[in-house]
Amino acid sequence: MSSAPILEVENLQIEFRTGRDTVHAVNGVSFQVESGETAAILGESGSGKSVTASAIMRLLQSPPAFVAGGSIRFKGQDILSLPISQWRDYCGREIAMVFQDALTSLNPVFSVGWQIAELFKAHGIAKGREADNRAIELLERVGIPDPASRAKDYTHQFSGGMRQRVMIAMAIALGPDLLIADEPTTALDVTVQAQIMELLESLRQDSNMAMILITHDLSVVADVADNVAVMYAGRVVERGPVADVLGRPAHAYTLALLDSVPQARGKGSKLRPIVGSPPDLARIPKGCAFNPRCRFASDLCRNETPPIVEVTPGRTAECHHAEQVFNDG
Amino acid sequence: MTTAEQEALIIRRKTPWWSLLARDKFALAAALWLTLMFACFLLGPELFGKAATTLNLRARNLPPGSTEHGWLMFLGGDALGRSMLARLVVASRNTLTIALTAVFFAMIAGGFLGMIAGYVGRGIGHVIMRFADVLQSFPSLLLAVVVLYVLEPSVTNLIIVLAITRLPIYLRVTRAEVLEIRERVFVDAANALGGSRYHILRRHITPVVAPTLLTILTVDFSIIMLAESSLSFLGIGIQPPEITWGLMVAQGRNYLSQAWWLAFFPGLAIMLATLSGNILSNWLRVVSDPEQRWRLEKPRTGDE
Repeated sequence: MSSAPILEVENLQIEFRTGRDTVHAVNGVSFQVESGETAAILGESGSGKSVTASAIMRLLQSPPAFVAGGSIRFKGQDILSLPISQWRDYCGREIAMVFQDALTSLNPVFSVGWQIAELFKAHGIAKGREADNRAIELLERVGIPDPASRAKDYTHQFSGGMRQRVMIAMAIALGPDLLIADEPTTALDVTVQAQIMELLESLRQDSNMAMILITHDLSVVADVADNVAVMYAGRVVERGPVADVLGRPAHAYTLALLDSVPQARGKGSKLRPIVGSPPDLARIPKGCAFNPRCRFASDLCRNETPPIVEVTPGRTAECHHAEQVFNDG
Repeated sequence: MTTAEQEALIIRRKTPWWSLLARDKFALAAALWLTLMFACFLLGPELFGKAATTLNLRARNLPPGSTEHGWLMFLGGDALGRSMLARLVVASRNTLTIALTAVFFAMIAGGFLGMIAGYVGRGIGHVIMRFADVLQSFPSLLLAVVVLYVLEPSVTNLIIVLAITRLPIYLRVTRAEVLEIRERVFVDAANALGGSRYHILRRHITPVVAPTLLTILTVDFSIIMLAESSLSFLGIGIQPPEITWGLMVAQGRNYLSQAWWLAFFPGLAIMLATLSGNILSNWLRVVSDPEQRWRLEKPRTGDE
């Protein structure tokens, strides 16, 4: 890819200081998003993926959250050093976010159309009738039937999938160049999930917007993402093109994750869940954070932090046994 | 969507507020009573000012229910033989002016400080909360007495004192609500779409807090009327010949064993005013809440 990355996250570290403990939610995450691509961040609950997204949007409340190190650059501009009011000017116009909980991400006391129109008004782009009409156009664009009359309805009159569509409409309203979708389909049922992902993907292609898709759902990643970063205990443990990473993992965690997914076909084969549970982020184990749950773990893993290994060009894994996993997996 | 739901949707878009009011008997009665009170407030002193101060010693402590001294004496006469009815009507202006202005200012000031305390930050929030603690830990009657002795007891000073003593309740409730609402996802979403702090406070937090504050306001309304009456009783509130309902209750207390109606009717006026305010505000809260409105719009079926 020739163009400069639209977003570069470098060695990002985020801590939550909670009186007794310091929780290391993100411990040195680095990744880039090229303009126009879909990058996925994959990880189980508590791996730091949502915190990373909130940090990019600067939604973390400080205290208790502190950025302990690293940088985030959006279009070459260092986000974290910008005054918050200046960063808010970027939000909505150039970067936007869709939230996990579609059911609560809209204000219950205003009609849906009003809320979208308000976005145009607040950004000084359109007012009055024009803003209303634009809101209706947007609702139509995200596939809401009978948008003119639905615009007058309130949040509670929409189903979960419809609410997520409205939220997506608001996120793309001002034509951002980067959309962060934080588990956009988690709260929805499976058939609706597919529709929402399809919608996001088609909107992304129409406007050549880049997208960061945060999810724990391997099938979603496999479907739409170009590149994927697998996170565990606040670190990116493996990174690369989706087909390669999921097709032939080079990190023991990615491999274990793939093994633990139920398959619709092949009845009879047992699932292999990952034993144990994710580490307490206030007490991350020494060495590789995954070592207590890893079937490849050796003494080396228990004592030394693994290096970043370039498995094939453009693919990295943070694993002592990357070669072994890659070859035998 | 079922047909019943579709019906509900169609009705929702068509039912105007006055037709909803007409369908709710209690809310309608409350609204009518408040309208009557407002008419007394506007015209009372002009129409009945003279009757309220005219002494008729033959009608001293006249029991209610007779019209032999004219229809103005229907609710009886007070200790000096003045018409109870006329005095009630005339007193409505002072009473409502003081109570409404005081609760209004208490709500505005308390709400504003509460929002700052809840939304802006810990430092300034702590200062505001300690200020509220001080206000609440000091007996409000004592505070009022001190202030009104130092300043002269006028209507303006009375309103200011009452507003300040009621302020901490609005402040605390607003702060608590703001603390909860600011953590909701739609606030994050507004943030992520470029909403400034001021915008979020105005457009997303205030509309959610407002109904709660309005409900407290109606309850507070009666508390303020009673507080005003105790101050008047102590001689530092409204001074005769000016009258308020609270003052009438206080004066009537002396005659409670001989002439119960002296304290009863003004007390009833206070109670009805509060009750009507309460019912109507409850109705308003339901109407203005998009998730509750259907309860009022639901078509009546048979025996319901």
